[in-house]
Amino acid sequence: MTKTTRRTALGAFSATLLTLTALSGTAFAQQTTLTLLIDNAPNTVASAEAVVADFEAANPDINIEIETRPGGGEGDNIVKTRLATQTMADVFLYNSGSLFQAINPAQFLVDLTNEPWQDDVQNSFKQVVTAPDGTVRGAPFGAAMGGGIFYNKPIYEELGLSAPKTWDEFMANNEAIKAAGKVAVIQTYGATWTSQLFVLADFYNVSAKDSSFASRYTAGEAKFATDPAALRGFEKLQSVYEGGYLNEDFGAATYEDGVRMIATGEGAHYPMLTFATGAMAEGFPDNIEDVGFFAQPGDDAALNGLTVWMPAGIYIPQTTSNLDAAKKFVAFVASTAGCDAQTRAGGATGPYLINGCSLPEDVPPAVSDLLPYFAEGGQNGPALEFLSPIKGPALEQITVEVGSGIRSAADGAALYDEDVRKQAQQLGLPGW
Amino acid sequence: MAAISEAGVATAPRPVAARKRRSPYPMWFFMPAAVIYAGLFLFPTFSSAWFSLTRWNLFSSSFIGLDNFAQFFREPFLIQGLTNTVIFAVTTSGLKVVLGLALAVLLTSPRVWRDWLRSVVFFPVLVSTVGVGITFTVFMHPTQGLINEALALIGIKGPGWLTDPKLALLSVAFVDVWRGVGLATVIYIAGIVSIPRDYYEAARIDGSTPWQSFLYVTLPLCRPATVTVITLSFIGGLRTFDLVWAMTRGGPGFSSDTIASVIYKQYQAGFYGLSTAGNVVLFILIAVLVIPLTMFLNRREGHE
Repeated sequence: MTKTTRRTALGAFSATLLTLTALSGTAFAQQTTLTLLIDNAPNTVASAEAVVADFEAANPDINIEIETRPGGGEGDNIVKTRLATQTMADVFLYNSGSLFQAINPAQFLVDLTNEPWQDDVQNSFKQVVTAPDGTVRGAPFGAAMGGGIFYNKPIYEELGLSAPKTWDEFMANNEAIKAAGKVAVIQTYGATWTSQLFVLADFYNVSAKDSSFASRYTAGEAKFATDPAALRGFEKLQSVYEGGYLNEDFGAATYEDGVRMIATGEGAHYPMLTFATGAMAEGFPDNIEDVGFFAQPGDDAALNGLTVWMPAGIYIPQTTSNLDAAKKFVAFVASTAGCDAQTRAGGATGPYLINGCSLPEDVPPAVSDLLPYFAEGGQNGPALEFLSPIKGPALEQITVEVGSGIRSAADGAALYDEDVRKQAQQLGLPGW
Repeated sequence: MAAISEAGVATAPRPVAARKRRSPYPMWFFMPAAVIYAGLFLFPTFSSAWFSLTRWNLFSSSFIGLDNFAQFFREPFLIQGLTNTVIFAVTTSGLKVVLGLALAVLLTSPRVWRDWLRSVVFFPVLVSTVGVGITFTVFMHPTQGLINEALALIGIKGPGWLTDPKLALLSVAFVDVWRGVGLATVIYIAGIVSIPRDYYEAARIDGSTPWQSFLYVTLPLCRPATVTVITLSFIGGLRTFDLVWAMTRGGPGFSSDTIASVIYKQYQAGFYGLSTAGNVVLFILIAVLVIPLTMFLNRREGHE
């Protein structure tokens, strides 16, 4: 290579570099990149990806990167650590209700009370993302869920059963299913969180008898062990085990097993939150029409109603450097376009908490069974964790013990009261 | 190895002499190491001692004196966790001593396949504990697990290894032994190989049987190896966490909880001060159990 050609080559090379830099420079100047932290549940990831795709299409100048974190206690700690170290993503998804109160919302989250879209958010959701100072700090992501019992329709048809309104009817159904040689109740204690449903989903029945239970419980006056209505949840859990209705591998089976078993008819009942409809639709699309849903029955058919879980919230930490873009994205999530994107990704799993959001006509039966409880005159009420900041962390281990015959219902309830006392003390609540 | 010389010298004033000897390095040579030690070990240790006295939610902390310790000792499962921890530590270190010694004797004897067998025994040590835990969780599944399916072939209905509250802890202990016995074996092999052949020849001339050679030559002369194995596996057993967490998460219920998993659950629940207090308790417990044990083992060694 001669000197001249080398110089030309170098010149051309640097010119190219300059052009590239200039080009990318202008490109970056127009683009804002937001980070979004979500949990790694397949449903959440699918919904978030769909919402982000629609949002980016509508806002070409904003680019969103999705980060995932584990769910459960580990995820809680990641969220808390990142908030405390000021390294939180620009927008993040986290629980509403009692866990929301534990991340010091007034200190860490941007106040969204006066955003125009708040007019469309239902009050029942605003309550569960309101900081102690009365400001609203989040928007709903996902649909409201019911806690109750999925049932397999072909088994019900084969045995001529109908959805029970009282616990006695439910137990009679279990007996008939067991007599037919099938698994009456699916339990999946391999994923311990699933063991809590019989206790938590019974809360509608508790509050139907005593509407002040939640406030007395927060004040340390009402206890699970001494309140007969509250104790019923633990007793129901025990009676299902003692009846011999459970699947053989209940101690090792996981949530995924439970979803498979109820969808394919390996078992007749599965106590679960209705967000599992999404997993069924994804994993067993051919069986989705076979699964129905009813609220956990109480002792009185006239008081039958549904315990409701609020969806997670989407929040902006005060450390964000892209506040305007972040607010734009949250506004999009809290719009009908946002819920349509979620429905497209994960199917409809329940009613949204944004006014104007609608569900498609052809929702799966488990979802259409859920809707009457939300309709005019329907009976529903929030789960205890949305009415009280206290939820004992060891409940899932205790319900595994009660639900597998290691401990009696009364003992389990008394132990849970101890656990609750510890949580209340840590939160510094008065009266404990 | 050191066995013979130490046994021979008995309680000679060797350690005292070592202490008096002047270090060849000037003080500032230690500074880099001292900074690392202080930053990575001393500071966290003392700050956790402080946080164990506070109610701490990562965002703010308030001093509450010894309340965390009082609460920790009121934990309904602490006593069971403590008992489980000690059962686990004693079972695993006991089995590691017995099996490690037996395997070491087998693997030092001149047989074919010896090197291959040594690697097979040592292999589990190299695999990640969590990986081992998850693998065995699959094997021990009550209905679809390899173990129970194998048992079913010969007509035995296997128990729920990890779902029966009576068995869960022992199943985890068994897996821990499987995983850790390789290390014990290697330590024992080193101990046995270092025993001079003369002793065995002398014993054989005196007419000892192989069993007697083992009992009167091998066993006493690999005492330092035994002490190492017991100490290491006992401390490891007391602070065991990863395997328990990967296999049972302390369950079913609380039946295989160890102190470390109780502490971790407090941390998960957001009770950071409380779980730090638990760590201080664990630290003290290990010290209280292990220091006398080591002193006892070393004293016996010195007298022989």
